[in-house]
Amino acid sequence: MLSNRSIKVSNKKMTFWERIYLPAIIGGMFVTFKHIFKKKATIKYPEQKRPVSDVYRGKHILKRDENGAERCTACGLCAVACPAEAISMIASERKMGEENLYREEKYASVYEINMLRCIFCGLCEEACPKEAIFLTTELVPPFLERQDFIYGKDRLVEQVDKRVDVSKRKLKHTV
Amino acid sequence: MDNLQKNITENKAVDNFDNKLSTLNLGPTHPATHGIFQNVLKMDGERIHSSEQTLGYIHRAFEKIAERRPYNQIRPLTDRLNYCSSPINNIGWDMTVEKLIGIEIPKRVDYLRVIIMELARIADHLICNSVIAVDTGALTGFTYVFQERERIYEIFEEICGARLTTNIGRIGGFERDFNETANKKLKLFLKEFPKRFKDFETLLCRNRIFMDRIINVGPISAERALNYGFTGPNLRAAGIDYDVRAMNPYSSYQDFEFKIPVGENGDTFDRFMVRQEEIKQSLSIINQAMDMMPEGPYHADVPEFYLPPKTDVYTKMEALIYHFKIIMGETKVPEGEVYFSVEGANGELGYYLISDGGRSPYRLHFRRPCFIYYQAFSEMIKGALLSDAIVTMSSMNVIAGELDA
Ligand code: SF4
Ligand code: SF4
Repeated sequence: MLSNRSIKVSNKKMTFWERIYLPAIIGGMFVTFKHIFKKKATIKYPEQKRPVSDVYRGKHILKRDENGAERCTACGLCAVACPAEAISMIASERKMGEENLYREEKYASVYEINMLRCIFCGLCEEACPKEAIFLTTELVPPFLERQDFIYGKDRLVEQVDKRVDVSKRKLKHTV
Repeated sequence: MDNLQKNITENKAVDNFDNKLSTLNLGPTHPATHGIFQNVLKMDGERIHSSEQTLGYIHRAFEKIAERRPYNQIRPLTDRLNYCSSPINNIGWDMTVEKLIGIEIPKRVDYLRVIIMELARIADHLICNSVIAVDTGALTGFTYVFQERERIYEIFEEICGARLTTNIGRIGGFERDFNETANKKLKLFLKEFPKRFKDFETLLCRNRIFMDRIINVGPISAERALNYGFTGPNLRAAGIDYDVRAMNPYSSYQDFEFKIPVGENGDTFDRFMVRQEEIKQSLSIINQAMDMMPEGPYHADVPEFYLPPKTDVYTKMEALIYHFKIIMGETKVPEGEVYFSVEGANGELGYYLISDGGRSPYRLHFRRPCFIYYQAFSEMIKGALLSDAIVTMSSMNVIAGELDA
């Protein structure tokens, strides 16, 4: 014995009581019978949804700031941090008069996440120095075409009239 | 062919059958193998005369991919080894890197890790044991314990945001502290689980039908098991009380009282009972950890490896530099060679890491216990019935993701 804390757990000798096996069966039946009156563990999925946690890692969102300008500055850190290489972007320079659209002088004119590559690891939201990208509790729905899974800015950027609250999922130490 | 014929006549187990062998492909995708691996069985009627295992069906070249990934991006890869207990793999990897860097981990982080790892172990053992029952035709127990597994996954979800591919923890600690809800769910689990588990036990443990079905099925002697390099529950079932948690304590396991269950002759019943007891021991470890939980931070103070708070990133130059360096994987890691192992749900899960000081490992090897068990499978099922082979496989808990890294 290597350690002195081992215990033998398997007892293959059956007592007479166990050998006649009817008590065990009746005991089992009793357990299953009891479970009939328990609360159902299943839910009727598409109609009824399980409450997910606030920090659930689902579909991404590109946040806007308080004034509605896009926060992302196309720094590319999220793409670097992505273990699945799912993110790609093209950076552009902000022109005069676009200050209400983009928060920084540089912004992403194209920003794509391939949801088929993405493994929803959450490393991108951690990497973003502008708090621009977050994962949400929503799921990516199924599509028929592969092309449809490549989410561009049209589907990623937060809509001005439908703000998404991400304050709960910001890491505690990020305040 | 002559040789084969001679073999057959020499083999006692198949003596009584007429000497016609048929080939049966069990797998690659067979509902009873719970994963993608192929067994080419030479069948003599219902008995297995010999078998050959093929693996590599879900080989994803993780070890190679890891050579191109910064250290903190390898954690998502380890999720996909033994996907029934990802947190153990994640935390094991983090601890390997911590060993390489040589950082001190706060006591509280150790305890939180122990809780998470033991929860994962319970989830893994529940799946394995209930699936043994399913493979012998008893589906009811499975549905009961799956509700409990669901609770465990909900606790993971509260902490890291995902249920299966958790990517939990960071180098140096956790990404976030256990919140209110997580603690509440954990307490509820600790309260409810023993009752539900009792039901499962009543259904199976001393039920003669189940016992007769699995006693002396797929046995392996302690000596053979050691020769193959078995670890974990499968070795303990053969009667050797080797457990990394006790032999080489990591993450403050020395602080906890727990017993190491062992079996007699390494058959399916022993493996079942060993896992059954281990679940109880894990539960007691979690209870102890909850009671003794020290105060302190939930991550170590390692600014070079642990991401700084975002508020600091905006205001402090140093934090900003660290933030960029960590994300780009440019923080210096020492050169060196480390081996670190944790007691995974399936056995000793080892990480052999060679670093040349670069941004990613020079070489990384995962010592996956399933890979080793699977080598012995052919020997364990020789001369057995086909249905016994299925039970043997599920009781060894061969997980395809861990078999082919
Ligand atoms: S969640 Fe992970 S895989 Fe998905 S885009 Fe972000 S970093 Fe990449
Ligand atoms: S989302 Fe964040 S990390 Fe990614 S490019 Fe934009 S600002 Fe940079």
